[in-house]
Amino acid sequence: MRTYLNNIYMALSTIMIGMKVTFKHLFEPAVTIQYPDVKPQLPSRERNRLYVNMDDCIGCDQCARACPVNCIKIETVKSLPDEDLGQTSNGKRKALWVTTFDIDIAKCCFCELCVFPCPTDCIYMTDVYEFSEFERENLIYDFVTLTDSERKEKKDNYEKMMAEKAAKEEAELKAKEQASKDKPEEKK
Amino acid sequence: MIYEFLSNITGSEILGAIISAFLPLFLFILPFALIAVLLERKVSAHMQDRLGPMRVGYHGILQTVADILKLIQKEDITADANDKTLFNLAPILVFAGSYAVFAAIPFSSSYLGSNINLGLFFIIGISGIVVAGILMAGWASNNKYTLLGAMRSAAQLISYEIPTIMIVVTILMVTGTLNLKEITELQSGYFWNWLIFGGNVTGIAKYLLIPFMIVGFVIIYISTLAEVNRTPFDIPEAESELVSGYHTEYSGMKFAMFFLAEYANMFAVSAIVVLLFFGGYHSPFGYLGNTFGITWLIPIEQLLWFTFKGVGFVLVQMWLRWTLPRLRVDQLMAVCWKYLIPIAFVNLLIVGLITLL
Repeated sequence: MRTYLNNIYMALSTIMIGMKVTFKHLFEPAVTIQYPDVKPQLPSRERNRLYVNMDDCIGCDQCARACPVNCIKIETVKSLPDEDLGQTSNGKRKALWVTTFDIDIAKCCFCELCVFPCPTDCIYMTDVYEFSEFERENLIYDFVTLTDSERKEKKDNYEKMMAEKAAKEEAELKAKEQASKDKPEEKK
Repeated sequence: MIYEFLSNITGSEILGAIISAFLPLFLFILPFALIAVLLERKVSAHMQDRLGPMRVGYHGILQTVADILKLIQKEDITADANDKTLFNLAPILVFAGSYAVFAAIPFSSSYLGSNINLGLFFIIGISGIVVAGILMAGWASNNKYTLLGAMRSAAQLISYEIPTIMIVVTILMVTGTLNLKEITELQSGYFWNWLIFGGNVTGIAKYLLIPFMIVGFVIIYISTLAEVNRTPFDIPEAESELVSGYHTEYSGMKFAMFFLAEYANMFAVSAIVVLLFFGGYHSPFGYLGNTFGITWLIPIEQLLWFTFKGVGFVLVQMWLRWTLPRLRVDQLMAVCWKYLIPIAFVNLLIVGLITLL
């Protein structure tokens, strides 16, 4: 009989305690963050989408070599001697036209290893993390600021210059040969 | 009452009867279900420090409307191995059972579907149809989970009818009538005339009745909670064990009918508790209509008071749901047969002795 009454008392009193707890929580502010409207506070060293500031890029290819998954693809073309590409923000002279700077962000593993070797701090992590796409091709980001025709022009310029140089060298060589041919004749 | 009024207005008895039959559905149960579903989600969310639906309308107030639109558009799936007749009949029967209860509930002194002398008895009897519907749904679905849920539901409902009826008999001994309107009129006046405070009995018997009436209220509240399959007595539709019990196989509008019946039942049960113990449609502090001498205001106030009290108890049901874990089957039976029924029986005897005084 005693346990019987004790059971009833325990049941009612514990239900009351439980109801008190839930009633308190009814008026507590919710912990929900209304995500697309309100964004959560990110940690201070969060790693998200990469960005390349092409004004500062010298095309040194160090980030591409540091990448463990080979998601960065860089192609460069030498500039002509009379072209001035300007300087980077930390005072380095730019000497290469960067004609390709593709980052396949679908492959990227967000390890941040490409950020450290950069001599001009032009590649860095941003705080953008919403960049889903319907086509995988759209995730290959092209950071080059040159237009397609400009890229072609730079390549052609370089080839032309190289061709001219080669022609010049050949001409010089020929001239030298000519000179060496001519000299003995002069001696005679 | 409302039937005579409507048949006078329309000039046809049949039309009056049809309109008065559909009135509680469209005026009361559908809006109540819409609000209660939203309320349930909001209350549960805030009790768990969440926000609940927030997207449809301001703070999600149109969420249930959107849900209803979705349910209407859904395909009505009937599996091959189902017993088609029973499968289609079950949701109608369940809804009819819970809807018929509203026929005898006096919403206000001038709005009562049918003023029958055995109102309370009718409510208890007609709500038994729900068990048949649930069993039919469980059996016709041809699925082990639905059958388990239906069997549990039947066992639970039959067990918990007994303490409910015991308390109803207790009330019957105090009031001397089963007519719900008369029971309510006995509790008119101020809140100390409510049956939970001993009714309008005078003298020492009133004070002797109060503790036993409170015990009776607690018992009938627990047992009716079990009858509508709400947590902590929700083993018939235990989501984590039985998918969702007897309505697992239903989709679209048939599922919506089960859902509607569940919420209609929630209010019906709260209404019974209010009618028996908390003065029915009577205001606890008197009426504005009386103070200002506007007689037509009183029934409207009564309807508001009744709804207010009923929804209050529905809120307590939700509060309990998000507080207590589910009972095991043996615990469920133990609560009923070992605790509620003996206490209700002793309560019945003591109240009988007090009324003899």
